[in-house]
Parts: sequence; C-alpha cells; structure tokens
Amino acid sequence: MKGILGLTIILTLAWLPTTGADLTLTGSTTVFPIIQAAAEEFMAKHPEVDITVRGGGSGVGIAALIDGICDIAMASRPMKTKEIKRARADGINPCETVIARDGLVIVVHPANPITSISTETLREIYTGKINSWKDVGGEGGTIVVISRDVASGTFEVFKKMVLKGKRVRADALMLASNKAVAQTVAQTPGAIGYIGLGYLSPHLKALKVDGVMPDAETISSGKYRLARPLFLYTNGKPRGLAKRFIDFILSPSGQKIVKETGYLPVR
Amino acid sequence: MRRGIIERLLLPIALLTWVLLFSIVAVLITESLPIFRKVPLFHFILGQNWYPVDEPPEFGILPLILGSFLITVGALTVSLPLGLGCAIYLSEIAPSRVRESIKPFIEMLSGIPSVIYGFFGLVFLSPLIQRLFQIPVGLTGLTAAIILGIMALPTIASIAEDAITAVPQSIREASLALGATKWETITKVVIPAARSGIITAIILGSGRMIGETMTVLMVAGGAAVIPKSLLEPVRTMTATIAAEMGETPMGSPHYHALFGIGLILFLVTLSLSVLAERIRR
Repeated sequence: MKGILGLTIILTLAWLPTTGADLTLTGSTTVFPIIQAAAEEFMAKHPEVDITVRGGGSGVGIAALIDGICDIAMASRPMKTKEIKRARADGINPCETVIARDGLVIVVHPANPITSISTETLREIYTGKINSWKDVGGEGGTIVVISRDVASGTFEVFKKMVLKGKRVRADALMLASNKAVAQTVAQTPGAIGYIGLGYLSPHLKALKVDGVMPDAETISSGKYRLARPLFLYTNGKPRGLAKRFIDFILSPSGQKIVKETGYLPVR
Repeated sequence: MRRGIIERLLLPIALLTWVLLFSIVAVLITESLPIFRKVPLFHFILGQNWYPVDEPPEFGILPLILGSFLITVGALTVSLPLGLGCAIYLSEIAPSRVRESIKPFIEMLSGIPSVIYGFFGLVFLSPLIQRLFQIPVGLTGLTAAIILGIMALPTIASIAEDAITAVPQSIREASLALGATKWETITKVVIPAARSGIITAIILGSGRMIGETMTVLMVAGGAAVIPKSLLEPVRTMTATIAAEMGETPMGSPHYHALFGIGLILFLVTLSLSVLAERIRR
C-alpha cells in the first residue's frame, strides 16, 4: 500500500526538474514566502548553491521529511506526537527551529463601527452564541462569521487561543486561504474574520483584542496574545548546507526578509 | 524498422494509462479503508457533522454530498438551456459562416483555467449576488452554480451539437416533406432523435461539475451545513479534500477520511461515466 503510494510519488517527482537541487524545502504555504525570498537572496550570494522550495502544506512537508524527500520541512504548527512517533520509527529525528512569528489579526469591514473586541465575545461569535452585531455594540445586522478551513495552521492557533477547544459554528464560512478571507471580509459589510499579520490592508479594519492593537511591537513582546511561531524541521541538528541556510535566515539580513514578507522576526 | 520500434513503444504507453488508473484506485481504496473501520460507512455518508479536528472528531459527510449535488443541479439549470440552445442554433439554424465564427469561442471557454473562473466569481459575481438578493454574504451555492454552469457550457454544447448533427438529413427532409415547419422539425423530430446524445452531454457535463474543485473552493463559501437554499454558503466534497489535505497529518483518521470522501466522489463520477457510455450505445 505504502509502496504503491511511494511509487506514484516517485513517478510524479521524476517528471519535475530536480536536477542538481542541493537543498529541498517542502511544506507550509504560510512559511513559503519567507523561505522563497530567503532562498533567492542566498542563491544570489552563493551562485554554486541550488535551493528548491515547494508548498503543499505543513502536513505534506512533515511527511516529506519523514520519507526523506526533502531536507527541511516548513511548518506553521508544531509537529504532532503522532508525527514525531512515525518519524522516530523511520529513523528520523526531527529537530525544530523557530524562524519567525506570525500574529493573528481579527478583521472586519472598514465601515463597521466596532474597534475592539474581547476574546470571550470572539468565542461567543465563533461558537454561535452571538449572531447580531447589535449584541457586540455595533449597528445590527447578521454577523457573517468567516474562518479558515479546519486543517490550516492558522485555524489551529485560533481554535486553541480563542475557541479554547469549543467547536466553530457549523454555518461559518470556511475559506481556504488568508487571501480569500481578506478578500471576502473587504467586500462583506457584516463579516468578521482572522488573517495573518502580513495580509492586513487598507481595505480591512483590524480590531483591538482585549484592548491591545496588533502590531509588530505588541506581538513581539507577547502583549498581543494571538500569535504563533513558524518552524523549520530538519532530521537531527541542522548540518552542512541546511545549517548555513538556516543560520542565514536567523541572521540580521535573513530576519529582515522575514519582516519584509509581513511576518515578525525572532532575533 | 523504425516504424516497428515506435509501434512497439506505443503499446506500453497505452498500458501506462491502465497502470496509472489502477494504482490511483488502489491507493484510494487502501488509504480510505482505515476510516471505515473506525466510522461505519453508513455513519460516514449520513452523518451531519464534519468536525475532523475536534476531540472527539466527527466524520459525517452528508452536508458535503448534498452540497456537491445541490451545486451540480443548480449549475445544470444554468448550462442546460444555454448549452442546448447553442447546440440547436449552431447545428440547425446558423448559416455556416456564423457557425464557424462562433464555435471557436465556445471552445475557448473550456480553455480558461478554473482558478480564473474562481477569481472572477470571487471578485465580480459574489458582490453582485450579495447586492441583488440583499443577503449577508455573496459566497453562496448560487455563485458557484452560475460559474460552474458557464464552465460546463462547452462540454454540453459541443456533445449535444455532435448528437444533433449526427441525426440523418433524410429524417429532417421527411419531416419537412410532410408539411412540418422548420421549428416543428427541430423540436418534434430532430431533438427526440438526438435524445440519447443530449442525455450523454448532460451526464458528462454533470460529471465535470461535480468533480470541479478550484472554483467551488473559491466561491461557494465553504460552510459544512446541510444547505437549505442556493443562497447560502455551501461546501462540496472536492473543496473539502483540496482545502484540508495539505495540512492534515499523514496517517491520521482525518487523512483517511479525506481519502474516503475521494473514494465516494470517484464512485459517483465513475457511475456517471458508465451511465453515459451505456446511453450512448
């Protein structure tokens, strides 16, 4: 069974232009823009090096690391116990490096008079207890609740920090990307949603959560609570080229790229 | 000599399609079996709650199945009249010069990538629908149905046109000779004679729509509730697989459940194809 799947993957990969890739990274689409930009700069500095970056999602990246298809997995969530167990069984010893932080911003339509919200109200909106903007001090009208699909790392952070394990209301719109959430909230007057800090735009209004406005400073200091780390996973401590590349991302010029792609530096 | 080699090379290439099909089906079945050991098939298909990452998780895909069917039926009501109208006009009424200039455009519709259709629906159609129906949000089953209807138009129009063109000229002449008008000939003679081909067009069009992923992921809204009307956000089987597969831990029940959805979707489209093939004969 796994053999067949493996064969299919190998057959598929055999068609991709993989010639001479010295370092391959696969995984989270959230981490992807940072690594893509960092890889370009790293390759410009070291023309002899070839770095391939692929998306697919955190789960795909971790699976690729376990199967030995990539050198570094990108993930927007920590590895799960089950995944670590599977990795160990296959002789892989996953080693975690935090390269950036991402703040979760609660957004509404710019015409919405609300400026601030509490975690508790947010939970009641997302679990279905509150349905009208009137109940949260707005001008009335149905609240259109927008969430990310359940498998996204962004959703997992939101679920843990805001929902505290409770279920999202079944009629919430589950959209597939930060971009889709941003677009929909921007054109829907009654909508509320959450996105990564990097996707904030003038077409959206960010809300204070528990009195704190999300920005680079409040997220880095931990004052704004809705934030998550972004990870790279290697097999064992990073060595060789993988170590050089990760060190570059953690260096001042690498962390500048993190900032430029809309995330928050960790160094 | 050279021809012999090429011919011998073509056989394995043809066989490769078999191998690919069977390995895909094999993976689909083996990867979905674990979920049916955990959740009985009956509960999987008729369960009303899709909460795959909760503790404990719930894997009920009835809202997703109904979402897929609702959008497909909605899309058919858009594409069937348009597609059939196109086919009748092109094959029976249009002068050949007009036909030759319109046909390429219909075919071009099928060349537009689905992500472009989705983007069009997201940015243009959904605000329009929201304002038109005065509803809180424009990402609805109707939005997806309209876009899918346009996407299926080339399939339905071209297969139906082939079927209508294939009706022997002598039948038309006989009808006209008996005193029927051109319109009577079309509606009472030609279309009934092309019926099986038209039904094939509808079925193949449905297969195309039920399997469409990117567009519904972008514009249908994605709420996993049993849809009460087309004016609500709807989630389909394809959109669920596409949205959730990337981040799902390999080997988890959620992962197997997504393969389970894939298996059911495959069975639906397979039976549609078989049905179409049968009717065509």
